Amino acid sequence: MSRQIVFRSFLGLMLASTLAVAQNDAQLRFCLHSDPKSFNPLLAEEDSSETVRYLTGGVLMRLNRMTQDLEPELATSWKISDGGKTITFKLRNGLSFSDGTPFSADDVAFTIQQMMDPALHSPSGDAFRSGDGKTVTKVLAPDRVSVTFPAAIAGLDKLFDQVAIMSAKSPKKEMVVLGPYDVLEYKAGNYLLLEKNPNYWRHDAAGKQLPYIQTVRLDIQSNRDTEMLRLVRGEIDFINSLDAEFFDKLVQQNPALVHDSGVSLDSEQMWFNQVPSSPLPDYKKAWFRSTNFRRAVSEAINREDLARVAFRGHARPAVGPMSPANKFWFNAKLQPHPFDQKSALARLAQDGFRLQDGVLKDHDGHAVEFSIITNAGNKYRERMATMMQQDLSGIGIKLNVVTLDFPSLIERITRSFDYEACLLGLIGNDLDPNSSQMNVWISSGENHQWNPNQKTPATAWEAEIDKLMREQATSLDPKKRKAAFDRVQEIAWEQEPFIYLVNRNALSAVSPNARNVHPVVLRPQVYWNIDEISIGNEVARNR
Amino acid sequence: MPNQHPMLTSLARHAVRIAITVVVGGLLGATLVREAPGFGIDEAELDSRLSSQSIQALRQAQPNQSLRAFYFQYLARLLCGDLGTSRSLQRPVAELLKERAPETAKSVALGLALGWTLGLSLAIAVVMSRSWGLDLTATLTTGILLCLPAAVLALIFLLARMPGRLVIALIVFPNIFRYSRNLLARSASLPYVLTARAKGVGGFQLMLWHILRPAAPQLLALAGVSVSIAFTAAIPVEALCDLPGLGQLAWKAALSRDLSLLVTLTMIVAVVTLAANSLSDLLGKALSTGTAEVPA
Amino acid sequence: MRWVRNVGIAFLLTVALACLLADFVAPSYARQFRDEPDAAPSRQHLLGTDDLGRDRFARVLYGTRVSLLLAPAAALLSSVLAVLIGGAAGFAGGWVERIIMAATDLFLSLPWLFLLITVRALLPLNVSPIASVAITFALLGCLGWAAAARVICADARSLARSDFILLARASGSSGFRLLWRQAVPNLRPIVFAQFWISVPVFILAEANLGVLGLGVAEPLPSWGSLLRELQSYSAITGQPWQFVPLILFVVVVSCFHLVLLEQESTA
Repeated sequence: MSRQIVFRSFLGLMLASTLAVAQNDAQLRFCLHSDPKSFNPLLAEEDSSETVRYLTGGVLMRLNRMTQDLEPELATSWKISDGGKTITFKLRNGLSFSDGTPFSADDVAFTIQQMMDPALHSPSGDAFRSGDGKTVTKVLAPDRVSVTFPAAIAGLDKLFDQVAIMSAKSPKKEMVVLGPYDVLEYKAGNYLLLEKNPNYWRHDAAGKQLPYIQTVRLDIQSNRDTEMLRLVRGEIDFINSLDAEFFDKLVQQNPALVHDSGVSLDSEQMWFNQVPSSPLPDYKKAWFRSTNFRRAVSEAINREDLARVAFRGHARPAVGPMSPANKFWFNAKLQPHPFDQKSALARLAQDGFRLQDGVLKDHDGHAVEFSIITNAGNKYRERMATMMQQDLSGIGIKLNVVTLDFPSLIERITRSFDYEACLLGLIGNDLDPNSSQMNVWISSGENHQWNPNQKTPATAWEAEIDKLMREQATSLDPKKRKAAFDRVQEIAWEQEPFIYLVNRNALSAVSPNARNVHPVVLRPQVYWNIDEISIGNEVARNR
Repeated sequence: MPNQHPMLTSLARHAVRIAITVVVGGLLGATLVREAPGFGIDEAELDSRLSSQSIQALRQAQPNQSLRAFYFQYLARLLCGDLGTSRSLQRPVAELLKERAPETAKSVALGLALGWTLGLSLAIAVVMSRSWGLDLTATLTTGILLCLPAAVLALIFLLARMPGRLVIALIVFPNIFRYSRNLLARSASLPYVLTARAKGVGGFQLMLWHILRPAAPQLLALAGVSVSIAFTAAIPVEALCDLPGLGQLAWKAALSRDLSLLVTLTMIVAVVTLAANSLSDLLGKALSTGTAEVPA
Repeated sequence: MRWVRNVGIAFLLTVALACLLADFVAPSYARQFRDEPDAAPSRQHLLGTDDLGRDRFARVLYGTRVSLLLAPAAALLSSVLAVLIGGAAGFAGGWVERIIMAATDLFLSLPWLFLLITVRALLPLNVSPIASVAITFALLGCLGWAAAARVICADARSLARSDFILLARASGSSGFRLLWRQAVPNLRPIVFAQFWISVPVFILAEANLGVLGLGVAEPLPSWGSLLRELQSYSAITGQPWQFVPLILFVVVVSCFHLVLLEQESTA
């Protein structure tokens, strides 16, 4: 009798531990660096909210992050007509939201109307704003809907990758989803738990419903050291965006853990303050407005060293607003400005600058000294700024590095314009320049950082860029658009309003337990195919 | 007419003083936040996907009422139990405090308990043993702890898989040791202590009645101050160790200049600091022996 | 154990001398040897190089110079303020003490981070690195007195009732003279404790203030900026020479304490 008790207890223990292991295998774990600001997919603007949107939102079409091709999702097909103003979708039939509410064309129309509501100021919606006037949606059938915009939008179809469809009828509003997961539990500051959407429409080739993984746990973890240690200990399954130092540290421990997908869409750049009303002395304003001065500074900076030392080799010298990772839009004829201090001094001499006892002076005898601000806590930018300090001292320029907290920095570059030079970066989320570069290159744009909100273009080259950007925004011919934006890149290369420094590589780390993970350059690098990823035994159990 | 309830009167006076000081503290805190650069800034302004109209709308949505108007409205709402909404986290402040206060209370309580136990025990041991070696060792140990940045301590605990909140104890402990060691050493050098020792008074009695007691008012003042030290230490420790407490909340609020949240947190810290220090003052005065001191 | 104190003094003098002669004994602290980042010690680089290829030995010497000069000055400032404010409050007693202590408690509660941000905003962007770090330490000195003031107040309150003070008052001593000549020497144990704690705390605080644009600016090193290298797991290469700034910091602070220990023991 006692032997039976022992045996049964042993069996029970084995079963419990197997179940525990199986439950752990059914869960994917990774970290968010902050709490999501909003669960409304139309208001997702920062990394955490966009992660939640990607994991839970169902979209009409999805940009395949690996092939960079647009693939049908909730829409089986689509057609652009009316000179690029109208897009008509044919939707999948028989789909439901996570709470069982049926999906139909009404939901698409509702989502578009919400997104284009000017009062909402949705980041996704702003990409569709092509002109004044209303956006008209027409439900042509339960599975057909057309959307007509006030003016033609170049690259219209790709923009729908960012639009998660919301339910028009469900009382749970934005909390019901069409994507692979929905939100099960959220503990602010702690974690977010997502569970498999029981009504998710996708199935694998064998007819098995996707996703393979039952739950996804997103721990709120801002400390990157902790995140890395947790990966090494097996407490999380991947790190989507890895720092270069962590990459080097992990590669020593286990090379199979880390992935360098190559150069990303992100760039690091500096610019000079060219705002006429800024509180800078006139002689400094004159320096910063001079193309020769900017080109000279650019040529005096050793970009190879920045990539090699500041980023530990996990970056490459940048050319302009587009990274080489953006195969179609990158102007391959352009090369990074070479490191040539002699040429830099020759350019400066054209503007009356001269080197005197190792100090560069302008034609009025002012020693060339300026400060560069950047956000504190970003060790790559701090390193780059310190390296640029040495590079520029080679041509007699004294550079003062000032690190500021982010709100103070933003105030200086957007409100008071009380700064001389700034070093920041641009995160490349979209391939098409129309969605993310428009407000940077249009002279009246808020993000035209060196001299924003111009009533009329301050220079001839900015006027030309305005014309070219509008041209590419309204043309539907990819070749014409490419030609226009190639010319924008050439002008940017010549005039250097932004001095592009480096493009970082896309680095990630993935636990060997995670299967079918193929890190790529486009965000989200690791979990772009979340519904096809599996964990260890999960594949054996599901197949 | 003699006051028949001096203790109650004293407590009431302290309570009023605390309330007035907290209100003034809230206003000063709000002033510091409001007038510092970076107020009313949203990082989303740098999002190049947003149109000019959206960015203008973002700017207009930022709080721009005068400080006086904000503060009076804040106090009026406070009287009704409404602490406002956090602009950065988009949640009621009261809800955030309810979620996070227990975490910080645990960390601070543990930090203080451990810090005081270690600090005071070590100080007593040093003074009673009169061993130069022990004094030197304790001095060097606490010196090393003071020299280690909180981030390094947090990292060590992380690597050792120990709870990050213990770091607060290691920050509090050197402060407690140093002050209490000096206070107790001074008490122990008084002539009547030497006399008591010569007369064969036992170690425990000597420490309790003749060394600790004269230093009690100062130690109680230190106890009040240590609460403030522990709270201040909680901010970087919680931020580094990702503990979802008030310290982490304060750091996030500071970075995003979340005025309602910062004013509320300032008032909470002020209440706790004032209450702790008032209590220590009351106890200190009650215990004060007026022992004669020998001039230096 | 006078020999221990003598060893401490000797070490401090050696460090001070090395720092003063830094221009002669060490190469430039700013020059980046970019082909040798995170290099091991060698004849050219006695303590190896940092992440930008800068000589660590030179940076330690120059950083010691900055921190060793400014941190004790700031600690002295905060100690003097604590004595004056806490001592005056405890000595005066009554409503004066209550008001001053309420103000002190308020001082402990306020978010001074925003004052520091405002100071940074008021400073010109092109302020020299040494001016920036001097201003930072001065600010720390002005803000770091409150905790000690509370303890000093309690101590002063006890002293105010003591017999020798009564005698001094009876002899005609009063006001500031009474405080300074009779009370302050008896407050030494607390003041030493405050000073002892403040030096390393201010050095570390200076490093953290880099987040606000205060503190030392590149390329000038300080102990705090050197210790930042150790605050990230990824940056720790496990090589022992990376810990030299920390070890030197600990040893120098400990020597200070050894020197003060005897003073505290006789106070």
